[in-house]
Amino acid sequence: MYFAKEVLSQSSELRKKWEDEVRRVVSKVPDQKPRWSTVSDLEIRRLYGPDDIKDMDFVRDIGYPGQFPYLRGNQATGYRGRFWTFRMFSGMGSAAETNKRWHMLLKEGQTGLSTAFDFPTLMGYDTDSPKARGECGKCGVAIDTLEDFMQLVDGIPMDEITTSMTINPPATVLWAMYCAAAQIKGIPLTKIGGTIQNDMLKEFIAQKTLMCPPEPSVRLVSDTVEFGTKYVPRWNTISISGYHIREAGSTAVQELAFTLRDGMEYVEDVINRKGLNVDEFAPRLSFFFNSHVDFFEEICKMRAARRIWAKVMRDRYKAKDQRSWWMRFHTQTAGCSLTAQQPYNNVVRTATQALAAVLGGTQSLHTNSLDEVMCLPSDHAVQIALRTQQIIAEETGAANTIDPLAGSYFVEALTNEMEEQTWDYINKIDEMGGMVAAIEKGFPQLEIADAAYKFQRQIDSCEKIMVGVNKYVTEEEIPIPLLEIDDKVEEDQIARLSAVRRKRDNKAVKKSLDDIKNACKKGENVMPSCIEAVKNLASVQEICDVYREIYGEYRDPGLY
Amino acid sequence: MAKRKIRVMVAKPGLDGHDRGARVLARCFRDAGFEVIYTGCHQTPAMIAASAIQEDVDLVGLSCLSGAHRYLFPQVVSLLKEKGADDITVIGGGIIPQQDFQKLYDAGIKAIFVPGTTLDTIVNWVNSNVKPVERK
Repeated sequence: MYFAKEVLSQSSELRKKWEDEVRRVVSKVPDQKPRWSTVSDLEIRRLYGPDDIKDMDFVRDIGYPGQFPYLRGNQATGYRGRFWTFRMFSGMGSAAETNKRWHMLLKEGQTGLSTAFDFPTLMGYDTDSPKARGECGKCGVAIDTLEDFMQLVDGIPMDEITTSMTINPPATVLWAMYCAAAQIKGIPLTKIGGTIQNDMLKEFIAQKTLMCPPEPSVRLVSDTVEFGTKYVPRWNTISISGYHIREAGSTAVQELAFTLRDGMEYVEDVINRKGLNVDEFAPRLSFFFNSHVDFFEEICKMRAARRIWAKVMRDRYKAKDQRSWWMRFHTQTAGCSLTAQQPYNNVVRTATQALAAVLGGTQSLHTNSLDEVMCLPSDHAVQIALRTQQIIAEETGAANTIDPLAGSYFVEALTNEMEEQTWDYINKIDEMGGMVAAIEKGFPQLEIADAAYKFQRQIDSCEKIMVGVNKYVTEEEIPIPLLEIDDKVEEDQIARLSAVRRKRDNKAVKKSLDDIKNACKKGENVMPSCIEAVKNLASVQEICDVYREIYGEYRDPGLY
Repeated sequence: MAKRKIRVMVAKPGLDGHDRGARVLARCFRDAGFEVIYTGCHQTPAMIAASAIQEDVDLVGLSCLSGAHRYLFPQVVSLLKEKGADDITVIGGGIIPQQDFQKLYDAGIKAIFVPGTTLDTIVNWVNSNVKPVERK
């Protein structure tokens, strides 16, 4: 930023005085530790001043909300037109149980839905698969066929409420179910809105819900982007996710870099494979970040993310539509920052993380419940988490003005530093030949493993503190009520599934599965035949087995 | 003859992909001087039991964060027993509620480590409870 010469020379004079004073005080009262750093171990200086941002250019680097480079936000009006979407991630047990939780959340003032599926659904297996034993409904809702899905969305106004679905390898199948459910209710596809996570690259990097190898996985992603662009224009067909990368132990910069480079990989694949113009689909790309415990690092990460993406879209992919330059993102507070010890402290952690996300300008937010480190959240714990967002929105004044920390010497300097480090990673991955190639080499996986191991060692040696874990430990723990998913959910779900298998038209199922197979072989878009198949009550696994057969199965190489 | 190193297998049973803990532990075991095999995610109990025997390990460390430990952990122990490999120690970790501990101990899981445990605690436990077995 431009500072008059006199200001810089005055500043350097005052700085010398201040440094003398610091030396004097430190000689009497030494600092508590020699090095201060973020939770990601990025070193932070004692003080930031004009010198730290003197090379910034106001127009090029900062600007105004709704203007390139969008550092200060996409929307000219900030949160005044509407707050971010209060979107709590939920799903447990059966479809009927989850539907009940959804109605409760909507009644309590939630403004969007977000679906957690159980592991068999996430991995493309049916509840009656031997691989699924013991998992049904445990960490999300169990969906095998459209019958379950219809129960899930029972009474939900699909043309008014947007729904996000955390689903990756079987994203085509679950999205097909959403489309089919809307059509059955008489709602046209042009009226439904929502998001499928559908980001396979981060699965290989971090979350590990795996099905087919990277290349065909990206191909299925491009099918959904193409189908959405043509027929479901209000749908975000990918939520390019840093959340899981961070939870796997990455630093904030790694989260930023790997997520943005994943996004670039999808953009390139859709352009090359589908021949779409970047501006036809880029406005519907969405992102998903973690809001971890280091307050300023998170705010700077989100600000930097918007600026980098705007540059990438304008300069690298020559997008012309400003909506292609916007990075719109959902945020979730950091599950891995929560502790089983003294669980009520988690309410405080989540509140500060949520505040960081709001100051970072998120479009949508999930706040973790205090018990989420131990089990699926109870009704009461979810309500506190939702209220946390509502208190930030309605009481704290954090939403009054746009990007309130802009211009802070520290915030701008840290934003710049994180952006620079992100570009270093992006360039490195470019040199490797792109993200698929980098994943095949194990590069992002091992970078994250290094960071995770280092952090654990820092916790063990008390170099980093987790309150209640390695400092301020109490002997007596106050137990909190835990939600338990009955093993009977599995029996009931298996019974439901076999009833569906008995009553459906199995010839029609086989024909629609063959149609999907042919689409895969010919390189045609699988979505139309997927919608047909789920309407015929083909199951999640039956469709995913087709993908496994045609594209092959991917096994976790177990890098550490 | 030099004493054989402790051989450990870190394994992820079930469909759970939360592998941060398993991978950190695999590294820590390696740094502690053990021979380490890490299976990667998505192993069935049968796969784990078979590779534990084939790799001739002294210890299997199971990690599960999905809630399916109640079925998966005991399954691994009983498969090892079935194949006459009950001298292999099995321990577990992850998101395991306190009320499940006793059931798992009864099923033959020798120790359970939950978040907040230091790596050194686990390494010390292994060093004092697992002796490399000389097998024929």
